[in-house]
Amino acid sequence: MVNLQEKIASLCPSATFEEGEYLLVNVDDKEWRSLAEKLKEELGFDYLVSVTGVDWKETIGCMYYFTSTATQEKLSVKVAASDRENPMLHSVSDLWKVALIQEREVFDFYGIVFIGHPDMRRLFMRTDWVGYPLRKDYDDNPELNPIRLEAEENEDDSFTVVEDEAGNRTKKEYKIFGEDEYVVNFGPQHPSTHGVMRLRCAVDGETINKVVPVCGYIHRGIEKMCESKSYPQTLFFTDRMDYMSSFQNRHCLCLCIEKALGLEIPHRVKVIRTMFDELMRLSSHLLSFGCMAMDMGATTAFVYAFREREQIMDIFEKTTGGRMSQHYCVIGGVAADIHPDLIKDVRELCAIMPERVKEYHTLVTGNVIFRNRTIGVGVVSKDDVISYGTSGPNGRASGWSCDVRKHAPYGVYDELNFDEIIYNEGDSFARYMVRMDEVMQCVNMLEQLCDMLEKEEGNEIAAPKVPKMVKLPAGHWFQEVEASRGAFGVYIESDGGKNPYRMHFNSPGLNHIGAVDKYCAGYKIADLITISASMDYVIPDIDR
Amino acid sequence: MVREDFKDNEYIDKLVEELNASGANVVVGTLDNLINWSRANSLWPLCFGTSCCAIEFMHLGAARHDMARFGFEVTRNSPRQADLLMVNGTITYRMAPVLMRLYEQMAEPKYVIATGSCNISGGPFKGSHCVVQGLDKILPVDVFIPGCPPRPEAMYYGMMQLQRKIKLQRYFGDVNRQEKLKDFLAEHPEEKEAMK
Amino acid sequence: MFDFSIVTSWVHNLLMSFMPGWLTTTIECVLIGVALLLVYALLALFYIFYERKLCAWMQCRLGPMRVGPWGLLQVFADMFKILIKELIRLENIDRFLFALAPYLVIIASMLTFACLPWGNGLQIIDFNIGVFFMVAASSIGVLGILLAGWSSNNKYTLIGAMRSGAQMVSYELSVGLSILTIVVLAGTMSISGLVEAQRDGWFLFKGHIPAFIAFVIYLIAANAETNRGPFDMPEAEHELTAGYHTEYSGIHFGFYYLAEYLNLFIVSGIASLLFLGGWMPLHVPGWEGFNAVMDYIPSVVWFLAKAFFISFVLIWFRWSFPRVRIDQMLKLEWKYLMPIGLFNLILMTLVVMYDLHF
Repeated sequence: MVNLQEKIASLCPSATFEEGEYLLVNVDDKEWRSLAEKLKEELGFDYLVSVTGVDWKETIGCMYYFTSTATQEKLSVKVAASDRENPMLHSVSDLWKVALIQEREVFDFYGIVFIGHPDMRRLFMRTDWVGYPLRKDYDDNPELNPIRLEAEENEDDSFTVVEDEAGNRTKKEYKIFGEDEYVVNFGPQHPSTHGVMRLRCAVDGETINKVVPVCGYIHRGIEKMCESKSYPQTLFFTDRMDYMSSFQNRHCLCLCIEKALGLEIPHRVKVIRTMFDELMRLSSHLLSFGCMAMDMGATTAFVYAFREREQIMDIFEKTTGGRMSQHYCVIGGVAADIHPDLIKDVRELCAIMPERVKEYHTLVTGNVIFRNRTIGVGVVSKDDVISYGTSGPNGRASGWSCDVRKHAPYGVYDELNFDEIIYNEGDSFARYMVRMDEVMQCVNMLEQLCDMLEKEEGNEIAAPKVPKMVKLPAGHWFQEVEASRGAFGVYIESDGGKNPYRMHFNSPGLNHIGAVDKYCAGYKIADLITISASMDYVIPDIDR
Repeated sequence: MVREDFKDNEYIDKLVEELNASGANVVVGTLDNLINWSRANSLWPLCFGTSCCAIEFMHLGAARHDMARFGFEVTRNSPRQADLLMVNGTITYRMAPVLMRLYEQMAEPKYVIATGSCNISGGPFKGSHCVVQGLDKILPVDVFIPGCPPRPEAMYYGMMQLQRKIKLQRYFGDVNRQEKLKDFLAEHPEEKEAMK
Repeated sequence: MFDFSIVTSWVHNLLMSFMPGWLTTTIECVLIGVALLLVYALLALFYIFYERKLCAWMQCRLGPMRVGPWGLLQVFADMFKILIKELIRLENIDRFLFALAPYLVIIASMLTFACLPWGNGLQIIDFNIGVFFMVAASSIGVLGILLAGWSSNNKYTLIGAMRSGAQMVSYELSVGLSILTIVVLAGTMSISGLVEAQRDGWFLFKGHIPAFIAFVIYLIAANAETNRGPFDMPEAEHELTAGYHTEYSGIHFGFYYLAEYLNLFIVSGIASLLFLGGWMPLHVPGWEGFNAVMDYIPSVVWFLAKAFFISFVLIWFRWSFPRVRIDQMLKLEWKYLMPIGLFNLILMTLVVMYDLHF
């Protein structure tokens, strides 16, 4: 860390540093652009994990989290603008493509305009929304923003701010789609967008030229609501973001709060949490398999996948009482002891799964139509997935080793013996195969976890001394876990009170949808469906 | 679920018996019953899911719960051909106009089921600045199904309550009638005076 | 084997005995029309039920079972509801063509339906170029789909219709070629002649290799003709919501829905006519006892059983295969099926020339 600090200090003398869980660099916006280029080129920080807008009352700005994929070094950068009326920062969207969509989110929530960003539209809120909701001075008077039942206007209008060498900033307005483009609209109500995602595609015959995703149809303002809730209350939102990895999301938030509180978690709790993580991943990958098959018209495979999912649901239900939203993980432990049948049921599941997966492979994977539809379709290179930050199975299908469970183990993943599945083709078939192979890895891990859990019989299920009123010390923390769809991150900033000052969920889905144009452009309309099914995004995870 | 398992709805049955006893026309009554029977037993839902409830709805269609048994099988993707708008999941301000349009695109007779706590009152998102706090603020709703998300069994219960409701439509009118009256009065203000 | 022409000629003679000829013809036409409509509707309903139960069985489900005994009344409820559902009046569309399109589809399938040989002496349209007429009539259907897609003024329906046009026109070729192969073998185009020629053995066995190739090509192409999975691109639920009939509601949509299922029956019926002997029972030359037993089964049962069996295979395809992509589908037709079909036609001609068939 010291070494890194010296390097950055030599590159950018005006930067100040703060020690923390990661090295934090405070840099002025004037220096930021040149520092960013050097971070990427010279220091190898090629993966921008998260861009989080924060309103610090006097200033307003962004927290950037970086990871170097080669050395797994981590770094955070804080850039702030002091002009609250008309805040502007320099965009880094040309260096890290993931910033294309993440900076739009910051613009939507805080009104920070990014200089050089090509497309400054609102991301989640309606185009006619008044105010920037996550600012501390936001006016939430319902009369300003009533429920509008008329369609949005001017949804094609966008602008970009460019800066010339003398520092003059000019605003250029333009239309997203040209007059002569034939635009086909998919969604928000469409059977294969897996929820209320809207994709506007400029097509030429059956070929797609450009895909413009429109998010926000299920944006519920979770981050805004978290700021008025106590920490245990915020936990309930995580289950409703990516409902297919609800346990992992909640696990992540618990880990982050526990890290801030400095709680030591009993080993048995870690084992239970890891077990539920893997069960959740198993059920999520089954859904992904089923939906991908269904989107391609093979309905039977979908029903088969759901048959196994029901069995997992039963396991969840016995211990936690919930099928989809478990609310099982709590700060410092888990809510209740496990059901006596848990280990027996999980072992039963592990016993049937290999046979069932074989059945899926016979039914779907080996099918010549399926292979023709997926192999060589939606090919993305390793550099692109890193730049777009599409982590999880999608990244691993392009050869990017991005498994948080391996690189920054939490729970008991460091004690488990499992493989990180990596394919190098980067096409839809590779993404599908990564998931199918991960199903087998899950089964493998679950067997090991059953053994571990048997040894831990009767131990504590909660950390001693969990405070009744959870108050985090002032500061900020960032925690990542591997959710079913990729790296899920939680950023908490606390001012020492009982409510979080700022809570940001860095969802993998947002990065996936930001890259959808990269994945789909140049392929056929029918491929749009298979590619997005193979990317397997969940819309409430994107919109939060 | 057998008919006897329905709780505290006997009064509806009794009421219908009474109404029938006090002279419903035989021909018209039978035809009405036939129409309502076919409507109730052939509710084709529109595939409309925004969040978690949609996954439970998918479970409803899959092997263990199998809604095909009751005639909910044919999920239509085009609102023109659907009978039942099952709102699975939270409706936000941005989604509200789209949902309204979907509802308007459906052919009569159409029914709305609000699934999950979000659609009842905002649920976990009570107080959010961009979540519609209850679906009934923008649409006429026939049946509410509580739960977050409701279990498939609960969804069945709700959907079968709707079937019961449709079978009795002749006496109680469907929920849209109020809405239609409002539209009608808006177009013909002179009728409003006459009604008073 | 019972000959249904006894019944029909008895009715004819009965009517002729007290009526003038023109009136008899008129009454007979009306009777046949009503019977045709009734059978058409009932068969379509049966097929809907058949497919639902079959797919439920394949998917470890139960299928419809609560409405009526074993769910038998489910389809009646569905159809009755569709009948009384609102027909939405749309703005900014071509009203006339929009209303015309579903009728074109239903007329096309009705005309083809009338050609099928139902049983011994039970056939409505039968003349010397019957097969030719059947192919011609069935291809009117594509016009209905194209018009539906175009007149709806909707991008999804337009893409669906364009796909459908490309698909049906291409696959018409393969269907035609495989039918032609059998016509070469039979030496006749008359439908009753085709059935009669299979008295001593079905064409699938008589024509051995080329007939079998034609049968496989026919099954694939016919599946594409009916727009069913894995070739259901014009509808492509998960891409185009409901394809060319997205904007149709009520009974107009009901027509498409019925026609889809009836077309499944029609292609199965044609397959059984061309390859499996139509209503002709299974005869093995030399086994007199066996043949006599087979003759006891009514001819209508034979025909329906064969058609249902082929439909079963097609339904099986639909529920297990994913959908192909439009360019892959056209590639399959133009690069594989059609050349193979042409080659197969030559092969069949050679077989017939050198008398190599059974």
